[in-house]
Amino acid sequence: MTEIRWHSRAGQGAVSGAKGLGDVVATTGKEVQAFALYGSAKRGAALRAYNRIDDEQIFDHAKFMNPDYVLVIDPALAMTDDITMNDKETTKYIITTHLSKEELIEAIPALHDKKDRVYVVDCVQISLDTIKRSMPNSPMLGAFCKVSDMFELDYFLENMKRVLAKFPQKIIDANMEAISRAYNEVN
Amino acid sequence: MAVEFEVNEREVWDGNYAASQALRQADVDVVVAYPITPSTPIVENYGSYVGNGYIDGEFIMVESEHAAMSGCIGASAAGGRVSTATSSQGFALMVEVLYQASGMRLPIVLNVVNRALAAPLNVRGDHADMYLGRDSGWLQASAFNAQEAYDLALCAFRIAENHSVRLPMMVHQDGFITSHTAQNVYPLSNEAAKKFVGVIDPVDDMLDFSRPVTYGAQTEEDWHFEHKAKQHKAIMDSVGVIEDVFAEFKELTGREYKRIETYDMEDADVCVIGLGSTVESARVAAKEMRKEGVKAGVVAIRVFRPFPYEEVREALKGCKSIAVTDRSSPGGAMGAFYNEVAAAMMTSKSRPLVTNYIYGLGGRDLSIENIKTIFKEQQANADAGYITTDIQQFTNLRGPKLGFFKTERN
Repeated sequence: MTEIRWHSRAGQGAVSGAKGLGDVVATTGKEVQAFALYGSAKRGAALRAYNRIDDEQIFDHAKFMNPDYVLVIDPALAMTDDITMNDKETTKYIITTHLSKEELIEAIPALHDKKDRVYVVDCVQISLDTIKRSMPNSPMLGAFCKVSDMFELDYFLENMKRVLAKFPQKIIDANMEAISRAYNEVN
Repeated sequence: MAVEFEVNEREVWDGNYAASQALRQADVDVVVAYPITPSTPIVENYGSYVGNGYIDGEFIMVESEHAAMSGCIGASAAGGRVSTATSSQGFALMVEVLYQASGMRLPIVLNVVNRALAAPLNVRGDHADMYLGRDSGWLQASAFNAQEAYDLALCAFRIAENHSVRLPMMVHQDGFITSHTAQNVYPLSNEAAKKFVGVIDPVDDMLDFSRPVTYGAQTEEDWHFEHKAKQHKAIMDSVGVIEDVFAEFKELTGREYKRIETYDMEDADVCVIGLGSTVESARVAAKEMRKEGVKAGVVAIRVFRPFPYEEVREALKGCKSIAVTDRSSPGGAMGAFYNEVAAAMMTSKSRPLVTNYIYGLGGRDLSIENIKTIFKEQQANADAGYITTDIQQFTNLRGPKLGFFKTERN
């Protein structure tokens, strides 16, 4: 079982990101779960979204998890939210930030002993450049694709096109570019 | 002629979307709705299927849930296939009309996305609304995940509309935990679903002007009792049709439903019995307990009304200590579900220990560890031969431990 926790603000697309990821993962024959802790949350409020991925049907419906990956798509939440909560010795962190990896880790004491498991990528800037608005969920999927090594980039892009099929071609293209850029830039 | 909506063999749907797809494939004629969180997308999606020409139906937006169920009654009495969805306060406002629907023997299918009842206001899942409907004369089925919310909605039309049943039916799923959790769902093709559900053959439809009928007549002490007794008997007797429909569904999909589901119960000493998504988490916990040497099992109620007393007794007969889990504030009594199970076991030969756990109110999480603690307490009871804790306890509650009622011992 692979478990993923997203830290985001309502409106940044973590829920869609988690569902999109679930959709793509399901095409590989795996069983998925995607859910979020929100409800009456207003735009801008901190929220958490979750994925579970397994070879067999997933029966665990608890919100509690020890995540394998923590994806932070809001730069400020990396500083203010408890992003290392219930983590493991192998948990990998992908954090969106304009800072360098060293600067970011320096600023977050909880990450000091996890340096080799932290990855950074500027999902906000990438989405501003490609999608033309701050929509950091798509780039995060590209970064996750690279760090997790769960799929080839081309496979992921092809399937995301299907997930996004209801949108105009221009938006699909921009998302493909955002995913590819984050895939190449995450470090 | 409706436009074909494409579905794949494998989809990633949440419980709400799955239920709305079942309404589309069942060719529901009329949905009368007043949307409420977390069930909103079910009726919203149906409305969009109508608006986009995917279904030849009618979506009627009304001013309250009371009006929504009233509209469903009108459309159902007219002879249509009718459905809607609601939750929580909306369900509570519908209650008065739920009794009208069942008393008039109208085969309406209500998708209930379970949510807590205020106050305090809370949008998340518990079973307070489900329990509120338990004496309303409706059949009630419980889905543990999105796939089941879809499957059971399809089955519900077949069961409710069967001429020897003619009763409305609720399909319950847990708010957010099921309704907003996307997971793999394997839907039927449009054609297969349509064929399975079939076309409604209404009884005493009001649009048949050649044969006028009355709905909602008054009966006082002369006949009211006989009507209600007949209704109760119809609920009790619906068992055969429910089992036949489930059997046919298994034939079609390979997915098997029973009025009561049992997991790891063959040699179980201790068990958790529950409803809704909790059942699946409990299965995970039971597997872990077995690795620790505890013979743990899980029993789940699929059909809550009619309540499967005999099946509960049969499933639990070898068990030494049983934890009955209620996800609703008991309001000054043991949990309602506890009372059902205790009643079933009181009349059994084995007379096991039966305990009550109140959990998950307002969406409070129930982790695998929480459930393992419940199993461990059952094992301690089994070893001691009596209930070592309070009979009713609150699980994962903040603050000091809360429990009530102890076993009478010499």
